[in-house]
Amino acid sequence: MRNIVSAHIIARRVALAMVASLALPGAAPAATVSLLNVSYDPTRELYKDINTAFARQWKAKTGDDVVINQSHGGSGKQARSVIDGLQADVVTLALAYDIDAIAEKAQLLPTTWQARMPENSTPYYSTIVFLVRKGNPKAIRDWDDLVKPGVQVITPNPKTSGGARWNFLAAWGYAQKKYGSPKAAQDFVTKLYKNVPVLDSGARGSTTTFAERGLGDVLLAWENEATLANKELGAGKFEVVVPSVSIRAEPPVAVIDKVVDKRGTRKVAEAYLNYLYTPEAQEIIARDGYRPVNKAVAAKYAGNFPNVSLFTIDHNFGGWKKTQTLFFNDGGLFDQIFDAAKR
Amino acid sequence: MRNNATTEPAWLRWALITLALGFLALNLLLPLLAVFGEALRKGITAYVAGIREPDAIAALRLTLTVAAIAVPLNIIIGLAASWAIAKFDFRWKSVLITLIDLPFSVSPVVAGLIYVLLFGLQGWFGPWLRAHDVQVIFAVPGLVLATVFVTFPFVARELIPLMEEQGRDEEEAALSLGASGLSTFWHVTLPNVRWGLMYGVLLCNARAMGEFGAVSVVSGHIRGKTNTLPLHIEILYNEYNFVAAFAVASILAGLALVTLVAKSLLEWRFAGQLAGRGH
Repeated sequence: MRNIVSAHIIARRVALAMVASLALPGAAPAATVSLLNVSYDPTRELYKDINTAFARQWKAKTGDDVVINQSHGGSGKQARSVIDGLQADVVTLALAYDIDAIAEKAQLLPTTWQARMPENSTPYYSTIVFLVRKGNPKAIRDWDDLVKPGVQVITPNPKTSGGARWNFLAAWGYAQKKYGSPKAAQDFVTKLYKNVPVLDSGARGSTTTFAERGLGDVLLAWENEATLANKELGAGKFEVVVPSVSIRAEPPVAVIDKVVDKRGTRKVAEAYLNYLYTPEAQEIIARDGYRPVNKAVAAKYAGNFPNVSLFTIDHNFGGWKKTQTLFFNDGGLFDQIFDAAKR
Repeated sequence: MRNNATTEPAWLRWALITLALGFLALNLLLPLLAVFGEALRKGITAYVAGIREPDAIAALRLTLTVAAIAVPLNIIIGLAASWAIAKFDFRWKSVLITLIDLPFSVSPVVAGLIYVLLFGLQGWFGPWLRAHDVQVIFAVPGLVLATVFVTFPFVARELIPLMEEQGRDEEEAALSLGASGLSTFWHVTLPNVRWGLMYGVLLCNARAMGEFGAVSVVSGHIRGKTNTLPLHIEILYNEYNFVAAFAVASILAGLALVTLVAKSLLEWRFAGQLAGRGH
């Protein structure tokens, strides 16, 4: 009889211990914080690497565990979700205008957000390059080759994709520099879009169209996306072609004030974004195919990034707000160009 | 030789059968086989790794959770609606029937957007929800709401014709013998429609687990948190992780096959009762 009773007691103790061990993470000094990083399409691999490294560093510094959740999609669509209430602690989007939209439409952060962090809140940049099929059968070397008859160009829809807007502006900037007038640039870009058989909604969709479905002769892509596609989808099947001139594509980052203040995560969210500027993170950034802003790291990885003359949106186009209204809003130049190209 | 108007020449019969089977093989069987083929392309180890990945398990759990809430809800509401429509007369009855059909005619994307308009931060109830710390869209409640919306008609649409066909005689008899309303429903109405109900539940469940459009709009696509299986498959595919994408797709296909087999068993076993379904 005693045996049964003691066995019963042991069973209860074991059960209690199990309950206690389950409850432990909350009771122990090490807390677990979670952040949500809402980002654009091609950064999945980058932030997977960054998050692991940051969590390790944060744990060593504070003893707390940090879990960073990820959400990816077309940059414009992601901004829309944050405006509609997706609880993003930080956003890391493809272009400044999408974060401006969050500040203006939902007042979740001040409109002066871009001045809060170094380098216009842009810890890495990239540019637009060409991905062509092996051996470059259509001999595509520069932007002029894209408007030749019989060349099919794959690029996503600038209305929904941040990358596509950079593609469009890179082509425009090249043409304006070479042919002088905005009119000539418009004609050039119209000819280019005549060669586009399909507009996907996001950068990743276009890459799949080009690489998996085998459509088109050349893909206009983020440099990092082209590098990744080249690596992931079979090396030797494609070649990266760097044009003579391209755009400096700057994907900025920001803390969403209203969310972090409500959730009490401001400290870790700011540390997370500041971490992106550290040499450690800049190395990860460079290894994943994005151009680092840190001079020393940039010098170290200079071999990975071909020299290309880059113009900026601020210098050539007068900033995103102006560009968005002129080119991409309803009835803007892109709509006119697309209508003309379809004819 | 004219023996029977329903007998066609042999060649025609064979041609029709071949056509139908060929079409099914090409459009249904082949894609299904392709899913499993792609999933196993790099061997069983890669397949298992794709399925055991924490985000995939989270997606499976979320899909089952959403279905486990949405399907019972639709059983209760569907039963109530069809009972009211088939056994009682009231004004606006045709309006109610039209409303039940609404989710079939509305695109799932619109269904998702409705909830963003209602519960989004810029929506009707958004500021109030934010003030009270309630997250509806971009969280599980939103996924459940969207799923309930698109799967709502399945149970009700299955039961209404069946109940209407059976009429009210048995219920009236029960009532006149002194049974209460509830026990009439429980002992007379429900047993009469149980197989139709099962059938509706299975269809409802299959759609709840497979829904993409509506949940895509309200999900927010947070990895390991708000991605259901169909959304997770899209993400994996976009990450060039084709083996894992098809491995997870094979799980979803497996869930659908279980549902289909259960449905076929029901049809085969209870063909008689189901014949009264009316369509």
